[in-house]
This record gives sequence, structure tokens and C-alpha cells, in this order.
Amino acid sequence: MSRRFSLSRFWAIVLKEFIQMKRDRATFAMMVGIPLVQLLLFGYAINSDPKFLPTLIVDADGGPFARTLVQAMTHSEYFDVLDVTTEDGAARALKLGETQFVLNIPVDFTRRILRGERPAVLLEADATDPAATAPALAAINVIVQSAFARDLPGPLRPLNGSAGPVDFQVHRHYNPEGITQYNVVPGLMGVVLTMTMVVITALAITRERERGTMENLLATPVRPSEVMIGKILPYIIVGYVQVTLILLASRFLFHVPIIGNLALLYLVALLFIAANLAMGITFSTVAKNQLQAVQMAFFFFLPSLLLSGFMFPFRGMPEWAQVLGSALPLTHFLRVVRGVMLKGNGIAEIAPEVWPIALFMLVAMFVAVKRYRQTLD
Amino acid sequence: MSSDLVIDVSDVTKKFGDKTVVNGIGLQVRQGEIYGFLGPNGSGKTTFIRMLCGLLTPDAGSGTCLGYDVRTQQADIKRHVGYMTQKFSFYEDLSIRENLDFIARIYGVPGRHEAVEGSLKRLGLHQRSHQLAGQLSGGWKQRLALAACLIHTPRLLLLDEPTAGVDPKARREFWDEIHQLSAGGLTVLITTHYMDEAERCHQIAYLAYGNLLTRGTVAEVIASAKLSTWEITGPDLPALAMRLRGQPGLDEVVAFGNTLHVSSRDPVPAEQTLAPLRTGAHRCRSIPPGLEDVFISLMNTARDNFK
Repeated sequence: MSRRFSLSRFWAIVLKEFIQMKRDRATFAMMVGIPLVQLLLFGYAINSDPKFLPTLIVDADGGPFARTLVQAMTHSEYFDVLDVTTEDGAARALKLGETQFVLNIPVDFTRRILRGERPAVLLEADATDPAATAPALAAINVIVQSAFARDLPGPLRPLNGSAGPVDFQVHRHYNPEGITQYNVVPGLMGVVLTMTMVVITALAITRERERGTMENLLATPVRPSEVMIGKILPYIIVGYVQVTLILLASRFLFHVPIIGNLALLYLVALLFIAANLAMGITFSTVAKNQLQAVQMAFFFFLPSLLLSGFMFPFRGMPEWAQVLGSALPLTHFLRVVRGVMLKGNGIAEIAPEVWPIALFMLVAMFVAVKRYRQTLD
Repeated sequence: MSSDLVIDVSDVTKKFGDKTVVNGIGLQVRQGEIYGFLGPNGSGKTTFIRMLCGLLTPDAGSGTCLGYDVRTQQADIKRHVGYMTQKFSFYEDLSIRENLDFIARIYGVPGRHEAVEGSLKRLGLHQRSHQLAGQLSGGWKQRLALAACLIHTPRLLLLDEPTAGVDPKARREFWDEIHQLSAGGLTVLITTHYMDEAERCHQIAYLAYGNLLTRGTVAEVIASAKLSTWEITGPDLPALAMRLRGQPGLDEVVAFGNTLHVSSRDPVPAEQTLAPLRTGAHRCRSIPPGLEDVFISLMNTARDNFK
């Protein structure tokens, strides 16, 4: 009789965990506070569309169209024109990282435009951080064309044809989601859940062991699966509160469009939360004390943050890192969240991302139950 | 005959690494008995109890607890045993009532609500039922722990140093409760360091370094030690004690308040050593050895044999 899973014993654990959660005000505040703080911090701080990048001008022309060009770039807000300088000075500034861009305007620029010769303009960029320059480079042609559309005198208007009056050599960067928040905020849902869920449950068993209550629990007929699932369920509810908070903030603070089915998102979130909780419990059964448990949780959290595609583009990573990243539930959950929220993906589209999360959860849960010792041996 | 044996184990051994913590202990405890376990710290008392309640599996030996095999039927044993750990092991961030309710749910106690209420009333915890367990004093924590151990009406109570750090009045009340439970048919195995508590047990056993040195009733244990004890009174006892230690025939010289207790397993040379004292300023008289004299003697012998 006691060898089978008992609902009432399981429920006893659930109730106990809820009471303890209620008593531990600091942790409870953390669970609600962390998502909000992170959301506000990252949501506003992370920006992959940087503006006002320092720019130097090497103007060998000095004519009115050179000024038109520089003005247009300044107005675009992508470029912050620092100075007009010599070729040598500009080259050095670029090397030292004092400027992001150098615009080289050739001799006779104005005159050659008037002649319709499409003079070449060279925009040099410090491409050390491609993400920083890409948006500005992507915008430059549009900026130039619209500027000359206004300023060219009537007879020269035909120069505004498909080629434009100036020959700019810029690398276009395909950026389907122009607004960073659309990408970051849904991703934060996964990050916040990973962090809080793993850390909190990593403590679940080690705390019992450290406080000596484990010996008592082991002396009762309670089964490992009852303890595990009983400890997980309360935090699934906490996780749902976090998901809801983030969805509300996405909608009303960051105005992220939510195209897909929210019920579907909540369903996958359940799986994802359970996967993280199972991971935490596994840590908890391995760790000798609470400090160790927290360290393990962070050991799991950092790769999740870095290799999942949240911080850096997943396709930009080397293959081994992609393999590693694919093993993490966050990688798949990020795709699900972004897919459902931004692209309106349905079950068929997200299925390839759901099963790895489910598999991860089952494996972690299996290890946790196996590792949970019923005796003190 | 064996049907009323609640605990019946033999040659139980437990090793941690290459250290033998419990070395071939056999024990029979009858239903309704209060069985006292004594011995110095680290003598294997806690380990032995943990093997009885299914927390540890013996490396060797066999036997039954409540009729269940201690090696294979640990889950069944757990349902019918109340185990009170040495350290308070209930949830300090749960109230008294919540702790009792939790344990009652875990054991699937029928009529849980009434059981919790009854337990609160019986132990006088009713007014404080909403207090957090962590805020209780040592004595109250002990009462709560006992109440929690009893809520599923176990057939065997295993108490590991339940009265450590508890004041004398609370200790006395605790023992009254234990005797009532025993009278009701509950079997109790209890570890303690207190001699007065040992004397309240029906049977006692003395462990040292994992070995069972002696067992029986208090009188039997004292008699089997074959110890002779003298009480010495007079001036300057600390100096006298220094002088007597190591003298032929004398095994123990221990200060007991304003007297010295001198014990010996070999009374003839001891009498010769003590003879000069009978004429001087000191008074020396033969007394029946106490339990403590016996235990100290046993412990010293054990140290010589097993170290």
C-alpha cells in the first residue's frame, strides 16, 4: 500500500511547501521582484540598435552637397558628427577606437553630382562590433537618397532614379525585427524562469538536509516521487505568475505584439517550468549544502544565458556551441516564445522545439528520483 | 514466545568506510518495555536506532522490528515506528499545528483533524498551536517532537536523546508521559546520558565503541559488573584522590560531591590499599555501587579492550 504513489502524502508535501513559501518573505519577494527588475533592466538597457555613433568627416570637397550629406547623416540620429578632419587624423582615430565611422567625401564631390557622374563616397566603419554598426550602415542609403531628394535643384531631380546621385558602398544587414525589445522581452521570459526556478528548487532538498528535517522525512513512509512532485507543483504556480507578469509587461510596457495563441504559450511554459524545476531538484539531491546548490544552479544558468541565443545570435556560434545550446531547454523555449508571440506560430510549427524540452524534463526528473536516497546509507 | 518481541535482532553490524560503528549487536525488546540505551558519545547508539527504523541498512546481521525484516521491509517498519531524532527535525517555519497536520497527512492518519486536536490537547500545546516551531524553547520543542512522533499511533517509539538540554521539570513530565505510553502497551527504546533516566527504564543496555557491553535490569547490570565500591569522606579529598589513582587494586577514583567513590573489580588488593585510610582522619565505608560507577568502569574497560 505504501509502495504506491499516495495522493494524500503528495498533497501533504504540497501544502507544507506552500506554507513555507509564505513564511519565507524574502524569497517570495525575490520570486516576484526578480522578473520585474530584470525585465525593466534588460528590456530598456539591451539595445542592438545603437544610435549617435561617433563619426568623423574627411571633406576634400567643401561644397554645398558635401554639407547636405553630412547634415542628413546627423539628422538620422545614427551618426554623431564629431569633427571635420584630415585623412591621416581620421585613420588614427578609427584605429584608436575614438570614432565609429569615417566618411570620406572626394574632391569635386559637389561638381560631379551636378554633372551626374555618381561620385563614390566611402564610409569606413569600425566593425569590431558588427552589431553596433550594422543598423547605421543599413540605414545610410535611405538617409542619403532622401536628403538629396530635397536638395537637388529641379533640373537634376532625374538623378534620383533607382541608382541615386551618390554611389555608397554599404553592407546591408537583414534585420527582420528592427525593434530590439521585440526580441529581448519575450526571451526574458525564458531567462527569468530558468534563473528563479532552478535556484529555488536547487535549495529544496539541501535545505531539508541542512536543517535536519530530512532525517525525519526519511523516517516517514513518504515516497521519493511524492516528495519531488510535491515540491515542484507549488513552484509551477509561481512560474505561471512570473509568465503572466512578463506577458503583461510585454504588452503594456514594451508594446510587443502578441500574435499567437496565449493558451499554447502557457502550455509550453508549463513544460519548460517543470523541466527547470526538475533540474533544480536534481542539483538539490547532489549538492552537499545550500551554497553548493546555488553554485550548481548558476553553473547551469550561465550557459543557458550565453548559448541559448538569448544574448548572442544562435547561428553565429560555432557548431559545438550550438550542439551544447541545443541540449538546454532555454534554447528551445526561446524559439517557442518568440515564434508564438511574434510570428503567431501554432502547435505544428513549435512541435520540433517542444519535444526536446519534454525529454530534458523526463531525464532530469528520472535522475532526481534516482538520486533521492530513501535511507541515510 | 517470540511473538511479543517487538525488536529481535542479532549480530547487527554497520560500517562507515573501514570504521565499524556498530559491531555485532543483538537485542530483544518485549512489547511495552522501556528500554534504555546508554553509552558515551559516538558509541553507535544513533546508528543502531537508525537501523531499527529503516533509515540505515545493516551491513551484516539480521532480525525483525515489529515483525518486519530490518533489511527488506523498511517501508513497512516506517509506517509503525515513531522516531524522534536527536536534533529537532520538524519545520521551524511551520506552526505547531501545521507541523502536526503535515505529519498526520504523511502517515495518512484516519480522522486527521481530530487526531491533531487530540494531540495538541494531550500535550498541552493547544494554546500555542499557532506559534512557529522555531520560536519554541527546548522543552516545548521536545513536547512537539514527541506529539508528532505519536500522531500515527506507532507501535514502537524510538527516542534518540530526547531530553538533552531540557530542564528537570520538563524531563520529569516527559518521563511520566513515557511511562503512561508504556503502560498502554507502547514499546519505547530511548537513548540517554542521564543515570536517573536509566534507572527509570525497565531494561538497559550499555554500548561503547560499537559493542554491547552489558544489558538487563538496572539491578542485574550492577550485579553483573561485580564491582566493589567504597565511599571516602574527610579532609583534602582532591589530594587524596591524586594519591589513590593508579594504586594497586583501585580501578576508579571519582569525586562525588564531598565524597570520593573508589571502585574496584578486585576487592582483595583494594582493601589492602584502603586499609591505612581506616585509621587516619578519613572515613572509609563500603557502599553498594551505583549505576554511574558501573558505567564508568565499563567505559574504561571498553577503552582498554577496543582501542
